[in-house]
Order: sequence, then structure tokens, then C-alpha cells
Amino acid sequence: MSSKRVQSLDSVIIRFAGDSGDGMQLTGDRFTSETAALGNDLSTLPNYPAEIRAPAGTLLGVSSFQLHFADHNVLTPGDAPDVLVAMNPAALKANLGDVPRGGTIIVNTDEFTKRNLAKVDYDVSPVEDGSLDGYHVHPLALTSLTVDALAAFPLSRKDKERSKNMFALGLLSWLYTRPTAGTEQFLKGKFGSKPEILEANLAALHAGFNYGETTEDFAVTYEIAPAEMRAGTYRNITGNTAVAYGLVAAAHLNGLPLVLGAYPITPATDILHVLSKLKRFGVTTMQVEDEIAAVGAAIGASYGGALGVTPTSGPGVALKSEAIGLAVMMELPLVIVDVQRGGPSTGLPTKTEQSDLLQAMFGRNGESPVAVIAPQSPGDCFDAAIEAVRIATTYRTPVFLLSDGYLANGSEPWCIPDVANLPHSATNFATELNDVDANGDRVFHPFLRDPETLARPWAIPGTAGLEHRIGGIEKADVSGDLSYDPDNHDKMTRLRQAKVDGIAKSIPDLLVDDPSGEADVLVLGWGSTYGPIAEATRLVRNSGATVARAHLRHLNPFPPNLGEVLRRYQQVIVPEMNLGQLALMLRAKYLVDVQSYTQVRGLPFTSVELAEVLTEAKANLSGVTR
Amino acid sequence: MTTTDLGMPGAGTLGVPRLSEDAATQTKKDFASDQEVRWCAGCGDYSVLAAVQGFLPELGLKRENIVFVSGIGCSSRFPFYLNTYGMHSIHGRAPAIATGLATAREDLSVWVVTGDGDALSIGGNHLIHAMRRNINLKILLFNNRIYGLTKGQYSPTSEFGKVTKSSPFGSVDRPFNPASLALGAEATFVARTMDTDRKHLTSVLRAAAEHRGTALVEIYQNCPIFNDGAYELIKDRDEAEARIVHLIDGEPVRIGADKFVARGDSGELKVVAAEGADMSRVVIHDAGADDPSMAFQLSRLEDPTFAHMPMGIFRNVSRPTYDDLVRAQIDDTVTKAGGPATDTDLATLLHGKDTWNVG
Repeated sequence: MSSKRVQSLDSVIIRFAGDSGDGMQLTGDRFTSETAALGNDLSTLPNYPAEIRAPAGTLLGVSSFQLHFADHNVLTPGDAPDVLVAMNPAALKANLGDVPRGGTIIVNTDEFTKRNLAKVDYDVSPVEDGSLDGYHVHPLALTSLTVDALAAFPLSRKDKERSKNMFALGLLSWLYTRPTAGTEQFLKGKFGSKPEILEANLAALHAGFNYGETTEDFAVTYEIAPAEMRAGTYRNITGNTAVAYGLVAAAHLNGLPLVLGAYPITPATDILHVLSKLKRFGVTTMQVEDEIAAVGAAIGASYGGALGVTPTSGPGVALKSEAIGLAVMMELPLVIVDVQRGGPSTGLPTKTEQSDLLQAMFGRNGESPVAVIAPQSPGDCFDAAIEAVRIATTYRTPVFLLSDGYLANGSEPWCIPDVANLPHSATNFATELNDVDANGDRVFHPFLRDPETLARPWAIPGTAGLEHRIGGIEKADVSGDLSYDPDNHDKMTRLRQAKVDGIAKSIPDLLVDDPSGEADVLVLGWGSTYGPIAEATRLVRNSGATVARAHLRHLNPFPPNLGEVLRRYQQVIVPEMNLGQLALMLRAKYLVDVQSYTQVRGLPFTSVELAEVLTEAKANLSGVTR
Repeated sequence: MTTTDLGMPGAGTLGVPRLSEDAATQTKKDFASDQEVRWCAGCGDYSVLAAVQGFLPELGLKRENIVFVSGIGCSSRFPFYLNTYGMHSIHGRAPAIATGLATAREDLSVWVVTGDGDALSIGGNHLIHAMRRNINLKILLFNNRIYGLTKGQYSPTSEFGKVTKSSPFGSVDRPFNPASLALGAEATFVARTMDTDRKHLTSVLRAAAEHRGTALVEIYQNCPIFNDGAYELIKDRDEAEARIVHLIDGEPVRIGADKFVARGDSGELKVVAAEGADMSRVVIHDAGADDPSMAFQLSRLEDPTFAHMPMGIFRNVSRPTYDDLVRAQIDDTVTKAGGPATDTDLATLLHGKDTWNVG
């Protein structure tokens, strides 16, 4: 039992920061897992450089992992860390600006050498010159404490030093009363074949925990009660894993084999990694020569009756554009998962952005409509993937699933759905002749549409009697023969548009969260801004003001009631991590003067910032006569 | 027997449903679609279409299990004229699309129709990677050494110095030798044939269809509008006799009746008179040689002036195919797990190893 004082907190934000090689992502992952097991709600934000190993000790090489956990519903990884763990001077310098005065900073003083300080232009150690007096600073010799704790191990000093992240994790686990059993299990799995490394890591973890218990440096330990969450079985899940599982589930529920055509690209690659392991579910993953081949393989598989999917990021979408247009023209199911990142060009590969919306909508030659949907949180990527597959297979159309780097790598507790409650639906392939020609003979017409959905029949090779040819050249309505007829092209162009527009009939109305019913300002978001917007709304309402909030999953087509919702409010604020792409679409379609609030810093909005924007909008409105 | 058993006749179409014993025999007519053929009069594509339509019944496959995928270009209209399943895709991408189709569907015989611009220029990357992976695809590369559909620009197989609409001063591009390129990519089947030599073309198609893996068949094809007479020298019977290097497995490599191809002192290949030739130096063609080096050397005998031109099957070796290996990994995993995944398996996946309960 701890002899120290225990203090209860309702929420904590911790940021682990160090060199890319310091194992901060692993440390964060483990702390997250321990926290999830305790029943706190949580949200995480990894932030790492594009370089695999930037020069050690430099600002460029700083990698961090932020975790927000609480006894209540957590919507974001948090704006400002309450606690910063800085493993070197670069980590301190890069992150200090985000820590509010009064925050706690744990620094590894062993790394605050003259050389390391010079690398980031510190003349004197900030730990010693009084510049951190406004913070609770715990200067700890983490490296030497770790090495000392491992004195008995037959390892090199360098190997011993490597375990310092486990020492830090042990210390933080003690500080926030987290159980370490899960981490011990994890280490046993990871280092099972290297017993001496395993033992050293376990010893470092325990030494860190015990150090907290015995040192006088920490007088208080904290506990955060479990959050009130919907009853169910939970796990922690990242957006990329949830997308992969959603695709597997959708393929399974539809009775279709899943074929993934992929080329590695940050931040989408984990989808390929996860799916490549799932052969047990009949999943075919093909890592091919380029982005175009990846979408090509997916289209070929879809033509053959599989669920063809290609995961990528913005630059990959640019390369796939022509092939996506082919799928639009041939009217075959295809899911394109675009895990958006900072652009244009290579841009900010490891940072998040929502700037591919217009590329997804319009980034092809010709009138080339596709469905576009976006998940709102890491766990929601699962449901969004299932919805993408529903639309693609029902309407025989390409569907963009617009995730982003924040959702892809961020994680949250996910209430695992009951498989029995997921929508099972068998795919209807065409098997029979479907029309009669001018001579009265029974024939197959590949472009004879379903009157309800306007979808064409999906007749796959191997089906006797339905042999037909499709391709990128315009086809005659109904028969599918090549056609250069002006009226036919006009009709087919409108039919393809009407088919995608008609998807709106199958999607639910947009729900507005407006508890008082008296709000005059609506904040409308899409995709990963859900968390910050919802948290900002909570902050505004806590201050006594009213604000309505809604979040779009379907970006094309929009929910049927969207125009009416927009007109219901005096002012509509649309925050986006781009320069106003959804706002442009809303203004164009509904002629409503929505206010765009944008930012492209490669990071999610902070809820405090958005709360200020909403408060200001209300203040401006109050000067307006109704 | 599994589809990875290699080398037996018909291995290329193993796994593809065949016509039942009592089914009516297919004819050339069964493979003609109802679409009007729209190539220019005198185009070599007509001969190839006729040869393919005439050959397909030989395979004895169910017509619905045959798919032709093409890119863009004159030759890529090919699928429209065949009464099989077909896709006329986008420029250069047919091998990529066919790769996905062939991997997803073991029960299909998948053919790619492409041209020199489609396969070697805009789609060069997909072509070499399809061959490297050895996917069970038959790729018919119609080589007319010109861009026809865009009306006459030099192509990646046009001869150096060629004057075209886009190279009025003469092209300064060196051409690809498609056979050398394919052998460099270690394609398991590489052949060259001619649009007008129906018998040879059919024999090569037959061997390609039997091959399990990527078969690259280069077909010299005349474009009567923009590059007429490109192959005139080797279409003339007497000229051809003096120029064509016959690649016949197990036989000495000869040109006409009076010349052989032999190894020189440094290992280079040279053409020697048959009379008095040192037979120990004459190359005996071995299409099944694992090492593609000699096949590559033979492909280098191609000469832009048609002094000699190798025709036939350069290489035909058995290697496991990409699509068979991909399917085997999945099948093995599913079999070991006791059959296709159930809802329970899905639930297990979704739960993972680290869960907790609330409420």
C-alpha cells in the first residue's frame, strides 16, 4: 500500500515526448492500454516526424504521444498537457509552449548535457536557470536510475539505457495508479525470445514504479475514477485498424471476398498491414507496383465479383484518379480509403488535414460523381467502412471513405459491436437474361438499371449467357454497346449523376444536437473535427450559452434535410482543417452564407479555440436585430 | 492435383471450367460478338482477331470463363469483337486490372490485349511487374511500331530516326526490344510471332495458353495507314527465309537452309554458314533453360534493318505463379482454421486480446 496522499482527479492529459528512437509511441500505447483497462474514457494523439530517425537530440527528431483520460466522456486528446514527460532538451523545447503554467514537467536530466543543450540552442539548462519556475518540475536522472536498476544484468550500458522508457512508464503508472500487469504481459509477448531483454524491461518498469513509491520527489499520487460509458465490452482501437476491421466485417456480412490493392503510403499503410494478416477471413492483399496498379487490381477484383478496395492518401488519390473515373463509367463497386494528410504534393506526410474533400468530389475528368463519406472518430471508422461498402455494392459505384491522419493513428475505447446486430445482406449478382431485344429474343443488357436505385446489374465472368463487354468509352443506355450519340451521352451523364444523388434516399436525416431548442448558431463539421467541435460545444454550453451542433457523415450526397437545417439557424459555422472546402460545397448547393473557420497546422483543432470562435459568433449575433 | 503442379499440358487453364463431354463443339463463330469490327481496311488486327477466334475453341473452355482485358489504342478494341467477357480499360493499365481479376478468380482464363504504346510506354511499369510476378495472364502485345489511334506519332518501338508527325526531324528515341525487355524482367514465357503467319501465330497462342504464368506474346502487326510496310521484308517469303531466325525448342537455331547461329570466341552470338559450321558452337535452342541469358542473347539478334529477326518462343519455363501462391496462403490458412470464417470468428477478431467490460 502506498503511504502517500491520494488525490482524485476527473481528467488528465499526459504528453510523452522524446527522440524518435526513445520509444515514446510504445510508452504511450502501453499507458493507454493500462488506462483503458481501468475504465477511463480516453483519446490519444501520436505525433511523430516524417523522418524515421532524424538526427538524435534535434527538434526535428522529437516524437510525442498525448493521452487524455477522464472519469467522463472524452472527445479529444486534449488541448494542453497537464503533464509533460521530456526525455531530452529537444523534447522539452518542442513541447514546452503547449504546457500551461502550473503544469507538471518531468525531465530526464541525464540527457541535459552541454552537447544536447547546444543542439537546441539552450545556453544554460532551463531546468537550472529558473525559466521553468512557473511549472512543477521533477528533474530526474531517468537514464542513470534505469542503468543502476539494471546493474545486475549482463547487458551493455547502451542496452540498459534503452529500457529508460519502461522506467518512465513505471513511474507514471505509479503516479496515476495504473496497473502494470497488462504491460508485463505485453513485454512477455514482445521479448519472449530474448529473455535477458525481457527481464531488463520488466525490472526497469518495476524500478520506475517503486521509485515513485519511495522517492520524496512525488508527494501525491492520483486516481481517476472510471468513466460512465455505455454498457458493453470495450477495446482500444485506432482508426486504421477500425477501417480494416470494418472492411473485413462488411465483406463477411455481404458474402464477398475482400481484395485490397495497395501501395504503401503514410498514414494509410497500417490498413494494409492489418489486412495482410487476415487471410483467415479470405482477405487477399496485393502490394503492387504503384498506386495506379493498386486501384487497378481492386477494379479487376470487383469486376470479378469481389469487394475491391484500395487504401491510400492524397497523393495516391491523385494517381488513381483516371482509374476511379473508369470505375464510375463501368459502374462497378469500389471503395477508396483516403487517409488524408497535409498537402499539396508530399506536404506533411505524418500530419493530419481534411484537404482532400474536393479532390474526392471532383478530382477526375468529366462529370464523374462518386459517393463520399467520412468517419468522425477512430472507432467510428468501423461503421463508416461498413456504410461505404453498403453504398458501393448497392449502387455499383466508387465510394470515398475520407479518414485522416488524426483518426488513423489516434485511438479510443470502442464498444465492440455484436456481430449478430450488424447488417447482413447477400449481394445480388445477375444470373439471368434481363431484357427482350427488337426481335423478341431474350437478351442480357448490362446497363438496364434497377428502377429504384438506378444501379446496373453486376454480372460477373463465369456467368453463362451474360457475356458482355464494358469499358471506359460511353455506352448506350440499356444495351451497353459503344455509343457516340450526343443525346445518349447527355442521358448517361445525367443517369450516373442521378444514381449517386439518389443514394440520399437511403441515408438518415442529419441529426442536430440542440438541447435547448433555442440556439441561433449552428456549428457544422465533418470527419475528425467531431471531437474538438463537440468538446467546444460542451464548453460553450457550460458557460450558459446555447449552440447547436451537427456532424456530417455523408458528404456526397448530403442528407436530404441538410438545406432545411442550414436555413433554420441565423449563423452556421463550419470549422475545417482546410481552407473551407465543405463551406464551398454548402454555399454552392444551398446558397447559404455559412461562415468558414479554418486551420491547416497539421494538428487537430483545440476545443478551447473553437469555443472562442463560437462564443464570438454569438456575441456578434447579439448585436444583430432579429 | 493442384494448380501449382506445373508443366503438364493445359496447366495454363487448370482450374478453369471446361465444356462438358456432351456439349456442342465450339466454333470460331461462337467467339464472334455482334459488334461491327471497326479497324481500318487492311489492318493486321483483323488477322490476329481471326486467328484468336479460330484458336479459342481448341481450349475447350466454357466461353463465360474467358475474359479479355485491354488498354487503349487500336488493338485495345479487341475485346468488343469477342463474345467472351471483356473489359476495355484505360491506357496502359490492363495488366494491373487483369492482375486483380486473375488473382481473385482462379476459374478464369484471363487474356490481355495491348499495343506497343499501351504496354511499353504508358503502361511499361505494369507490364514488367506482371511478368516479374508471373501472374497467370496471356499478354498479346500488338507491335506496329507506331501510335495509330492518335494518328501517327513514333512509339517506343519505332526505329531511331523515324520521321513522324511528332518527329519531323527524325525521332531521337532509342526503341525497346520487347523480347529483351520481357526476358530482362524474367518473364517465364516470351514469344514473337507475326499477324499474317496464321499457323505460327496459332502455335504460339497454343503454347502460351498451356503455359501457367505470364506469357508475353509479341505480335508484329502492320498498320496500313500510319506505318505501312513496317514488316514488309519479313513478310516476303524469300526475304523472310533469309532473315528469320527460327527458334524451335531442341533444334539448332538456323536462318534459312544455309545459316546457323553459333557462339563466337567470346561467347557472343554470330551468324555462320551452315556448310562447314563447327556444330559444337551452334546454339541448340533450349526454351526451358532456367537461366534466361541465352534467350536474352538470342533476342539481341533482332536488327532494325531486319538483317535477322528471331521468331518463335524465346523462353518457356515453369515457376509458381503469383496468383496461385496468393490463393494458397489464404486456402492453407482457412483450411487450418477449419473452414471459412463464421460470425464467431469475426467476433473474436473484433474483440482482440485486450478487452474490458463496462456495466
